[in-house]
Amino acid sequence: MAKEKPKKNPEDRHPFFDQISQLWRNKTAVLGLVIITIFILSAIFAPYLSPHDPNETSLYDQLKPPVWHATGTWKNILGTDDLGRDILTRLIYGARVSLLVAVISVGLAFVCGTLLGCIAGYYKGFRESIIMRCMDIILAFPYILLAIVVVAYLGPSLQNAMIAIAITYVPRFARIVRGSVLEECEKDYVSAARAIGARDFRIIFIAILPNCLGPLIVQTTLGFASAILDMAALSFLGLGAQPPTPEWGAMIAKSRALILRASWVMTFPGLAILFAVLGFNLLGDGLRDALDPRLRD
Amino acid sequence: MPNILLDARNIVKHFPIKGGVFLKEIAAVKAVDGVSLTIDEGETVGLVGESGCGKTTFGRAILRLEEPTSGDIHFEGESILSYDKNKMQALREKMQIIFQDPFSSLNPRKTVSHIIGEPLLVHGMRSRKKRDERVLELLTVVGLRKEHMRRYPHQFSGGQRQRIGVARALALNPKLIVCDEAVSALDVSIQAQVINLLKDLQDEFRLTYLFISHDLSVVEHVSDRVAVMYLGKIVEFAPSQALYKTPLHPYTQALLSAVPVPDPALKSSERIILKGDVPSPIDPPPGCSFHPRCLFARDICSKREPEFREIRDQHFVSCFFAGKLTLDK
Repeated sequence: MAKEKPKKNPEDRHPFFDQISQLWRNKTAVLGLVIITIFILSAIFAPYLSPHDPNETSLYDQLKPPVWHATGTWKNILGTDDLGRDILTRLIYGARVSLLVAVISVGLAFVCGTLLGCIAGYYKGFRESIIMRCMDIILAFPYILLAIVVVAYLGPSLQNAMIAIAITYVPRFARIVRGSVLEECEKDYVSAARAIGARDFRIIFIAILPNCLGPLIVQTTLGFASAILDMAALSFLGLGAQPPTPEWGAMIAKSRALILRASWVMTFPGLAILFAVLGFNLLGDGLRDALDPRLRD
Repeated sequence: MPNILLDARNIVKHFPIKGGVFLKEIAAVKAVDGVSLTIDEGETVGLVGESGCGKTTFGRAILRLEEPTSGDIHFEGESILSYDKNKMQALREKMQIIFQDPFSSLNPRKTVSHIIGEPLLVHGMRSRKKRDERVLELLTVVGLRKEHMRRYPHQFSGGQRQRIGVARALALNPKLIVCDEAVSALDVSIQAQVINLLKDLQDEFRLTYLFISHDLSVVEHVSDRVAVMYLGKIVEFAPSQALYKTPLHPYTQALLSAVPVPDPALKSSERIILKGDVPSPIDPPPGCSFHPRCLFARDICSKREPEFREIRDQHFVSCFFAGKLTLDK
């Protein structure tokens, strides 16, 4: 070695930066991130971005087609619905509701489900039996029926619908986490953690849980997608977002009678859901790969 | 007389088999069935036996990684089975384990510095800088380099991973290390490296080893005393030289005769070929558990259990005819 210049060793970085750069190199994950960022930004800056008021009705502008249509105008770029409300505006405001629903209900289910699953998988015995049988009971109901029961009990509102969705999603997370934890518990590194005197909290959440992240992240991103759809279903039944709140699912539900006459009213909220779901899924896949050091190149 | 570091008395570990509608215990796998063993400070005790004889379970039981069904464990003169969680946690500083499989014993999501530093963190070394210093020290001790600190386990070879496992076990300056088949998963040249490393560390830090293995020649090389286990029981326990030169239990004799010797002149006819398989530990045979396969079995062997007695100085055997029978029947 000619000269000993302290060069910055790339291996001295914190693993977090490796994960970020790994995510950055994954083009599809970046695409997902971009899509979600667009939705989030439009949700935050909705009042500045949207050309109209989301609840402003205009009886003269009913069912105006989008701008590229022969009779479309720039006033309503994506057309209007049967009450003359601007669809683009409602989509932008709808991003607020839908993203909130997805994040809160799935987040709630994630936290509860992971906690229950960890306890069941790690401690086994009677705790596992009690928790998993409760999960089975929840799963035994058709989930939309269960959500209806919960909303009917709590009263119809967006907030209660989110709680209802969260409850119906808890078993999915609990089961996945329990399965992974059971599998990981058999490995020697868990014994090693016990042998060094680590406490249960540390063993479960610092040693075991990161190794269960793969299926968990996939389930979470899928959960975001289906939470948006389930909220649409609840809204459709009048148990979720209350009119006139702009919500993508509710928009689809309300316009189903118009599909032959004015297909755009239904198409654009559908596309919005599609892209949001796609974005979450792409990002989720990328995250799963980035968080697993074994999958790095 | 050296100090006794660990004194395991009559350790029993049964794994219940549950069945039926109400999950009643219908039987038990008697993995360890009354094992007593003492380990002196600074020595290496080898524990050999074929797979399934309960040696790993015993090793885990004395660390209370498996809670023994009954028995008593004294560590530095204190009975540790009655320790509560907090006291046990403090004690873990003094007893560590090296696992067999270097691929599952390291958490794949953690960097090497995290893996080796975790025992330090758990035992109260909060400062990251101090931990990293100690980790670096340990890496040097086991022959790894500084740039390995930020790497993940999958980026290492089997031998290197085992060294990481050794470094983790050493982190807290333990007195006793249970080496549970610590070198069995490695190929021969790496085995030698790791064994020599373990021996050097023993000299340097006055470590005490319980060396569990099925490899008789490795055990002979490292151990001061050797215990032979069969079906959950120790059948012979003696200083290494005595055991390898004059094995007294027929099972030990059979085992030793089966060790491959790289000498074509030796005829295979000198091998003792045992008949049949190891009986099930769920339902071990009455009397001496080895009698169905023993070449010298007499009536008494199936009726009474032989006492574990000292035949010669420090040489314990559980066989009625120990020392009275020879191989040429």
